[in-house]
Amino acid sequence: MTKKIILATLVAVPFMAAALPAQADGAYRAKAVAMIQKDFKPRGQASLDRLAEDGVQAICNRTGNNPPAEIAKMLEADQMAAVVYPADGQLMGDWKKGEKLAQSGKGFTWKDKPGLPVGGNCYNCHQISPKEQAYGTVGPSLLHFGKLRGNTAETQKYVYSKIYNAKAHNLCSEMPRFGRIEALGTNQIKDLVALLLDPESPVNK
Amino acid sequence: MRKFRIMSALCALTSAGVFAAHVQAQEVDHAKADAEFAKFRAEMEDSNPAELFELKGEELWKAKRGPNNVSLAESCDLGLGVGKLDGAYVLMPRYFKDADAVMDAERRVVWCMTEKQGFKFDDIAKKPFASGNYTPEITSLVTYVAGHSRNKQFAVNLKDPKVREIYETGKEIANYRAGPYDFSCNTCHGSDGKRIRMQNLPNIGSKEGATKSVMGWPGYRMTGGVMLTHQWRMNDCFRQQRFPEPKYASDTITALLTYMTANANGVMYKGPGIKR
Repeated sequence: MTKKIILATLVAVPFMAAALPAQADGAYRAKAVAMIQKDFKPRGQASLDRLAEDGVQAICNRTGNNPPAEIAKMLEADQMAAVVYPADGQLMGDWKKGEKLAQSGKGFTWKDKPGLPVGGNCYNCHQISPKEQAYGTVGPSLLHFGKLRGNTAETQKYVYSKIYNAKAHNLCSEMPRFGRIEALGTNQIKDLVALLLDPESPVNK
Repeated sequence: MRKFRIMSALCALTSAGVFAAHVQAQEVDHAKADAEFAKFRAEMEDSNPAELFELKGEELWKAKRGPNNVSLAESCDLGLGVGKLDGAYVLMPRYFKDADAVMDAERRVVWCMTEKQGFKFDDIAKKPFASGNYTPEITSLVTYVAGHSRNKQFAVNLKDPKVREIYETGKEIANYRAGPYDFSCNTCHGSDGKRIRMQNLPNIGSKEGATKSVMGWPGYRMTGGVMLTHQWRMNDCFRQQRFPEPKYASDTITALLTYMTANANGVMYKGPGIKR
């Protein structure tokens, strides 16, 4: 899995270097990366390995978040292949727990205690329940998500995999890969699926 | 007159502290809190607590200190000549030949403290930002320096190739996505009109956004009641980006400050401010 990404990066990066879009200036980028590598120190759980790019980050950083379509497709499929679904096939949990999780923005900073659970960070960027007015706008509004899209098995699978790994759908999405980095476990993602799709959830009222 | 202003600044300091505690305790409606903060900030403009730190900074600037027993006033060149303060802040970051480096204001004062006064960098870097009742000397010094550029225009010299290089590097640092959440500076600060919760996010790549990012620093923060510098803001941004901690007064921070300050070139700096 990881090997596959590294391989894809090795293949993709030299290929792209020839046709780099104007926004990524190679020389300054190299200076920036060297500067970052020397200017940080580990603190709490935030260790220095966090400064290294993984395959997806490397591609997105080098293309101004706009990779060539073939590479994007290949790496999205790679990310999708690693999505872990619940063993019992049930994708909907408890929307009330999902709402609580969506409210919390805690986790992964050098001040946070290492380990789970961490927050879903959802309201930081999305409008979700109409009852919560303090929502961010970095991501799209999810108000009435289930009402608009229905609660089919297909939609459930889409939402689950999107929360698990947004990059499986859109390689350079701004959204973290909550399942892949093990920030959220299977049951927590199920609760968030319910928050968006359960007809009883305030999101769909 | 000055005495009166300090008295009212002290009053404001106390009530802001009480106010901040109130907000933290209740986790109130964010929109309402936002509006209340704005009102409070407007009321405090005439009696800005930052002035207390400017006064403290003035004492520190003029006093003979450190192992070398010299004052910054008689030894520190902020780019306009030794001891010259007026308008120095809005011209930084700038290239300093004696250090062969581009430096922002805070980094330059630290350099003067170590190179001229003989303080140890590690001692300054151990606890460089305010917390609780503790305010580092460097914070007061930077506030004092910044106060001498009130109502002057930001004018980072991008015609200097060394400054230009740091600017372009800073622009790339702002682009760099990494860490568990795949965040870069630009995830939050790279486009117009975005918010995290109710907090507006300035786009540091635009003149308007860059202006919002540089204005009011160093700033007295109502939440917590502490005086904080722009270096602190960069540090806390990296925390929220889920990165490791940037080293104090490092090139990376200077590069980011160069990028956003130069993007605000031509804008009038209003002096040390008040933050929510």
